[in-house]
Formats: sequence, structure tokens, C-alpha cells
Amino acid sequence: MKAARGLMMMGLLCFGLNGFSQTAKPITKSVMDNGKAVYLSRCLACHQVDGGGVPRLNAPLDGASAVIAADKAKLIRIVLKGYSDRVEIDGEYYSNNMAPHADLNNQQIADVLTYIRNSWSNKASAVTAAEVKALRAKLK
Amino acid sequence: MRKNISFCLLALGLSFTTFSANAGDSTKLASKPILPDADNAGLKLPVGFGALKVADSVGRARHIAITDQGTIYVKLSRLVNGKGIVVLRDNDGDGRTEDKGAFGDFGGTGIAISGKWLYASSDQEVYRYALTPDGSLVNPMSPQKIVTGLINRRQHESKSIALDGKGNIYVNIGAFSNSCQEKDRQKGSMGMMPCPVLDSAGGIWKFDAEKSNQSYGDGKRYATGLRNVVGLDWNKQNNQLFVMQHGRDQLHDLFPDLYDQKTNAEKPAETMYAIKEGSNAGWPYVYYDPELKQKIVAPEYGGDGKKVSMDPAFQDPAIAFPAHMAPNALLFYTGNQFPAKYKNGAFVAFHGSWNRAPLPQEGYFVAFVPFENGKPTGQWEIFANGFAGAEVVTSTRVAQHRPCGLAQGPDGSLYVSDDSKGTIYRIMYNGK
Ligand code: HEC
Repeated sequence: MKAARGLMMMGLLCFGLNGFSQTAKPITKSVMDNGKAVYLSRCLACHQVDGGGVPRLNAPLDGASAVIAADKAKLIRIVLKGYSDRVEIDGEYYSNNMAPHADLNNQQIADVLTYIRNSWSNKASAVTAAEVKALRAKLK
Repeated sequence: MRKNISFCLLALGLSFTTFSANAGDSTKLASKPILPDADNAGLKLPVGFGALKVADSVGRARHIAITDQGTIYVKLSRLVNGKGIVVLRDNDGDGRTEDKGAFGDFGGTGIAISGKWLYASSDQEVYRYALTPDGSLVNPMSPQKIVTGLINRRQHESKSIALDGKGNIYVNIGAFSNSCQEKDRQKGSMGMMPCPVLDSAGGIWKFDAEKSNQSYGDGKRYATGLRNVVGLDWNKQNNQLFVMQHGRDQLHDLFPDLYDQKTNAEKPAETMYAIKEGSNAGWPYVYYDPELKQKIVAPEYGGDGKKVSMDPAFQDPAIAFPAHMAPNALLFYTGNQFPAKYKNGAFVAFHGSWNRAPLPQEGYFVAFVPFENGKPTGQWEIFANGFAGAEVVTSTRVAQHRPCGLAQGPDGSLYVSDDSKGTIYRIMYNGK
């Protein structure tokens, strides 16, 4: 029993690591610092210092399934276009309007998204300026 | 990854323990005097007051109303098992309710009793239910729809209600906008002139408390320029409506050149208004600055953070409070249980802020505002604190309980509802 569980855990662990190493370039401190600076000036009020959001008003980013998901385009779109779809997010609805932040440059958007994907309890691959650039062109 | 999962489980485990610890004390013997909880339900109160948890985990308890028999009706913002109003009864007289029912298929905030009727609102309608002489409902399945078709664009969606006892009901219709910018909450976006939101929201509408199916055309815009009012009450001494406005958000985010983060945390004030028919509190054109004690022109409308509004159309608040604390309930105390200073004064439930980040959040308490001759004296004090369960609230989600509704029991006890954990508190005076 015990051994089986251990094996399973190892499996899980390996799977996690594998998932990472496919895209993983190590995320540099300067990317995180830049991302944090954008976060503090643009996102903090609503999403709070701990990424916890505000119950029923502003969605949390910490632990949010969409924030750590593989679909980075969705996150880029949210920052470029804003978000007030009022869809159910991890079982809850949020009533505030998130405005677009399209005036941020590609690098700033990439860094802030990398920051929220790798802060608090979150861990996920980085977003690049090239990915933001490509989507911005498509959305125009 | 695995680490995260076990951390989550641990957190869940912890919150379960807290719950069951709270649920333990509802088995006192009947006919004894009602005793406060040993820890006063976790609240800090003035000397001579005690508190107990009447009920716990009832759902997202917004406003509450209590009949002359002590039956408690709780409006939930989100349905629990398909029901949006909870009814609580204490059958054995220990102050803790053991009988719980539910009805109503709509979520919302407003609930009030006037005469033989229980009124309750969804985010676009107002209903009423006939009460029996013992405070039950004649027919919980078929309420009369009084008001319908009110704007609900999710933002500031609560339709809070108050009645004047003379056949009228006052309904708040919150603005579906922060400050009437062309693009809501977008940095630097300017205000629309005139603000179109005010045609159908951003004010108090008056309706007949008895007629069915009224909408905008049947009611009257009674007061305007009110961004969002969640707490309002009819003052029987003055025969006048008083309201608590939620001040605007995000001065720093939207106009960083004019407001730094500290200024953002402290402006604008949360404000109480004494309403007359036709009152205009000035939203979105002005906000009230708690330090300058002036109405200041909003940056969306040409303000620079200091420019005082000279517009005579806009009313001054009756009293101002620190910024962003989110006043969600207002109650004039008319009971005889509390010491004389409380009589005819106002209690205000502050739900607690989120707009003060990165500074610590504030509020999460019930304040008392003394009144003399129908006016606030200008002072206010914290009456019940400790709902958050943390000395410093660094992020809104840290707060365990958030005061949202207030009601006065038949014996003069003050009841407070919490829409975070669904706790109903009862505060009593037992001093001499
Ligand atoms: C005015 C408040 C506000 C600001 C400022 C804000 N957001 Fe949001 N954010 C929201 C709200 C509200 C939602 C949920 C919208 C909905 O449900 O329609 C949201 C949702 C999101 C989501 C989706 C979360 C999920 O689980 O689906 C992401 C990602 C996000 N925000 C990132 C950001 C970033 C990055 C910034 C700063 C550049 C930012 N937000 C600034 C209010 C805000």
C-alpha cells in the first residue's frame, strides 16, 4: 500500500516536473521584479497584495485555475481587452469591471502575467513579449 | 504541485475545526436568562455589553429583519438549496435559534418588515409576503411582486429597501459604474456629461408599498447623485430617510498624477446623508474629502484633487467617515435595552474595505453615531469590533466575518449579520 502510494506520488511529481521542463526557461529575478512593479501599480487595488482578490467582487489570482493554466492567450486577452464577462470562475461570480490595460507594452504585460503565474501559491510557465505581441496583432 | 495540494487540505481541515468549535454552545437550558457566549462571540464591545452567536453558517447573510415575536428573517445573496430567505426561530428561549427554515427562490440583499408585511428584494425586484399574527408567513410560496425591472448590471447590484410606514417603499438603485467614466475604471478615462447612469440608477427610487408590478414609470426618483447605498433607514423621529453612501474607488489607479497611494487609501469619505425629496449628493461630479471637509470636483470632471465644488445643487453629508469602509447597513436604535445615549442614535455596519491596498484594510466593525435633535452630533465611535478575527487585515479575504446587516430585536437587542461565514450575532446590554 505504502509503496504504491509512494510510487503514485513520485509519478505525480515527475509529471509535474515534466510539464514544466517542456517550456521552462528559468524565470529571472528581473522579470519577476518588473512584473511586480506593474502588478503594484495596475492590479493591486482589485486583486490585493496576496492575490486573494475581494470575495464576490474581484476574482482571486492566487490559486485560480485559469491563471496557472496552459492557455496563456486567455490571460493576455484579459489584460488587453479587460474582463467583465460575469462568468463563473472556480465556482464563484465576481461583480466588478476589470478595464483593459492595453496601454501597457508587450514586455510589461508578459512580465505581469509571469509574475501572477509564479507568485503566492502559483507556479506555471512564463509568458513572453512575443506571445503578447502576436495576440495583440490578432486582436486588432 | 503535490505540496500545494496538501497545503490546501490542511487549510480546509483548519476551517472545519473552527466551525465545529463554534457550533458547540447551542444547548443551554430553557427559561434561563439569555447568556452571552463566553468569548462574546469573538467581538470586542463596550463595557456592560455581551454577544452571542444566534446562528452560524446560514449562507451569505445580507440584510436581516425581526418580527415582534423574535423570528429572524435573513436575506441571502446566493441561494442555498434553491432558497434565498432563511427563517430562524429560538424555541427554547436560550437565545440560540435551533429551528431553521427557508423559502423564496431569489437571491438578493434587501429585507424589511412594515406592519403586517415582510418585504424582500432580489437584484431587480421587490416582493412582499403577508405575515401572520405570530410572525410566520401566510403563504411563503406566493409573494406579491411590488417592483420589477430595476437595472442590474452586477456592479452595485443590491437593491436595499426601507419603508416609511405611510405606504411608501424606498429602493436603492446603485450606479453600474465607479465614477461614470466613458470607460469604467480605465486609467485616465474622463467622465460623461451629463452622466447617463443617473437616469435609471445612482439614486433612491420611491414606490407605493402596496401596488403590484411597478417599475421606473410608476415610481419616482426620490434622491439622486448617490453612487451606491446599501445601508438606509427611515428615521421615525424626523420622519426622514437617511442613507449611507459607498464612496468612489481607485483615485490613484485612475489618476496617479493627482493621487498617490496613501491619498487613495484615505479619500474619499464614506458619507451619511439626511435625504429630502429631490436631494442630490453629487455623484459622479464631486466626492467628499474627509480631511478638507469639502466637496471636491472629481478628477473625471476637471478636478485636480483640491478644487472645491461650488455647485449649490449638491448636498453636504450629515456626517463623514474614513474612506472605503463600505457601510452596508444603517439602523436607528429605538429600543430601551441599551443605555440612554444609544436611543435614537444610528448604528452603521461597515463591511470592510478593499480599496486601501497596499495599506491595511479598514472597517469590519459596527459603529455608533450619536444623534441629538435628529442630527448626528459629529462624533462617532466603534461599537462592535473583532469580526475580522485579525488585528491587521492585509487583504480582504483575511477577514473571517464581515458585518452586513443590522436589526433590532423586540427586546432591544441589536442583531448583526455576516455575509462571509453566515453568522448571526446578537448584542445585549447586561450592565447596570
Ligand atoms: C478594477 C478592478 C481590477 C483591476 C484593476 C484588475 N482586475 Fe483583473 N479582474 C477583475 C475582475 C472583477 C475579474 C473577474 C471578471 C469577471 O468575472 O467578469 C478579474 C479577472 C482577472 C483574471 C482572470 C482570473 C480567472 O481566474 O479567470 C486575470 C488573469 C486578471 N484579472 C488579471 C489582472 C491583471 C494582471 C491586472 C493588472 C494588469 C488586473 N487583473 C487588474 C478586476 C480587476
